[in-house]
Amino acid sequence: MAVALARGALSLRGVGKVYDPGGLNVAAVEDWTLDIAPGEFVAVVGPSGCGKTTLLNGIAGFDPISAGEIVLDGETIASARRPALPGADRVVVFQNGALFPWKTVLDNVAYGPIVQRLKPRGQAREAALALLERVGLSDVADAYPAALSSGVQRRVEIVRALINDPRVLLLDEPFRALDALSKSVMHEQVLELYDATHKTVFFITHDLDEAIFLADRVVVSTTRPARVKQVLRVDLPRPRSRALIASEAFVDLKRRVAGAVHEEAQRAFALGERELA
Amino acid sequence: MKPARIQSVSLGALGFCGFVAAWWLLVHFEVWRFAKLPDPLSVVREWTSRNPQYGVSLFTPVYYQDIWASTVRVLIAFVLATVLGVPLGILLGWNRTAREFLFPLLELIRPIPPLAWVPLAILMLSGQQSAMIFLTWIAAFFATVLNTMLGVTSIDESYLRAAYSLGARKTDALWTVIVPGALPYVFTGLQIGMGVAWFSLVAGEMIAGETGLGYLILNSYVQLQTATIVIGMVTLGFVGFLSSAIIRWAGRRLMAWQSH
Repeated sequence: MAVALARGALSLRGVGKVYDPGGLNVAAVEDWTLDIAPGEFVAVVGPSGCGKTTLLNGIAGFDPISAGEIVLDGETIASARRPALPGADRVVVFQNGALFPWKTVLDNVAYGPIVQRLKPRGQAREAALALLERVGLSDVADAYPAALSSGVQRRVEIVRALINDPRVLLLDEPFRALDALSKSVMHEQVLELYDATHKTVFFITHDLDEAIFLADRVVVSTTRPARVKQVLRVDLPRPRSRALIASEAFVDLKRRVAGAVHEEAQRAFALGERELA
Repeated sequence: MKPARIQSVSLGALGFCGFVAAWWLLVHFEVWRFAKLPDPLSVVREWTSRNPQYGVSLFTPVYYQDIWASTVRVLIAFVLATVLGVPLGILLGWNRTAREFLFPLLELIRPIPPLAWVPLAILMLSGQQSAMIFLTWIAAFFATVLNTMLGVTSIDESYLRAAYSLGARKTDALWTVIVPGALPYVFTGLQIGMGVAWFSLVAGEMIAGETGLGYLILNSYVQLQTATIVIGMVTLGFVGFLSSAIIRWAGRRLMAWQSH
């Protein structure tokens, strides 16, 4: 095996995105720059509709960017001239969940390795089952997603992403639709998975507690057009536990993030922008 | 049986009995022109007679020959409608160019009632058999194509994105997202298609048939064999219900994931 250098260095360099509905030239993202180290967990917060999801879609390859470039492990994967193609090195977990309802949990998890022809179907399913066992989800392997709670669905979806050993995990407000209790359970499970795999994570949210609790750095994005307003390092030790939330360091971080986000939320409100993302 | 089930079954039976009773009363007391109709008892008697007055009952081969003739036509037309309609619907739903190229044409042809095709069908196709199958097919075909297309366009974009993000190619996406995702609509289309297939078939048989349930009904009308007319109608009800039930059953088998 070749020496596996740390994979998953993601650089966004002056990324911009202009939508042009009927010649209106709406700038959704402008000069968005950030370097993410391999294995780093970065949370991006900002008001709804500020272009966070646009940015993620650019990285994922769902939408072309109109300026700047996106570099993954030294390779330019997207630029204004050449949009990224979606691929299993940057798997997305979606806001409203996108487990295939017509496939069982097991077949959902085995999907990536099968369509990428990495393994024969049988072996891919075995590997998927093994992974499900490891994360304590083997009980629901044969269930269809509709039979599961949204919390379990989200967990399965993260496992479905992780089995592909992606360089970057792109999480697009994955817990938005969950209630507060399921959310806090999910946070601990995400941290567990993160501590076990140390993937680079690009996590979009507008929940500040969630951002600080999970991430190594919290990036506050401005309202449209999205720019990097502030980057805060979260120097809380890992593994992290729920008790952290009441700690002074956490509260202090939250105060700083909240101030910056609130400014942007007010600006967004004043602009009367309709929600885009 | 659960109480809810008992209630629904007995209500259904009550409705059925009420209908038959009303029919019997209307005929028996010669209300208005109902006197011209056979009452339910004489229909049942004729239907179950070993020696029917008008020559068609459960014990005569000709009854089954007519059922068979109609069933074969519907089956051929339905299979052709599915085999041609589902792929075309998927193409139209998935490929914008194909949709822009073909959809206006389809939308112009679709409103033409199947019966308006009768003369051309007879001129175009050799033999009454193929003409009747054509009429049956065209009705089922449009229902299948349009519902399949709708099914494809209604698939949530994030399933496709998830597939591509997990490394799927376009053909993978077709087989693992588009086809299963559209399946509920496809089956709705097949249900509707089966319904309109029987509808057009009977009309076709009345105009151009020499066998089949539609022919049986019209022929009995011409010969004033009213009990046989009703036998033909009830039989159509049965086979129509049965064919829909088969599609529903197949749909449930194929879409077990929906039953949660």
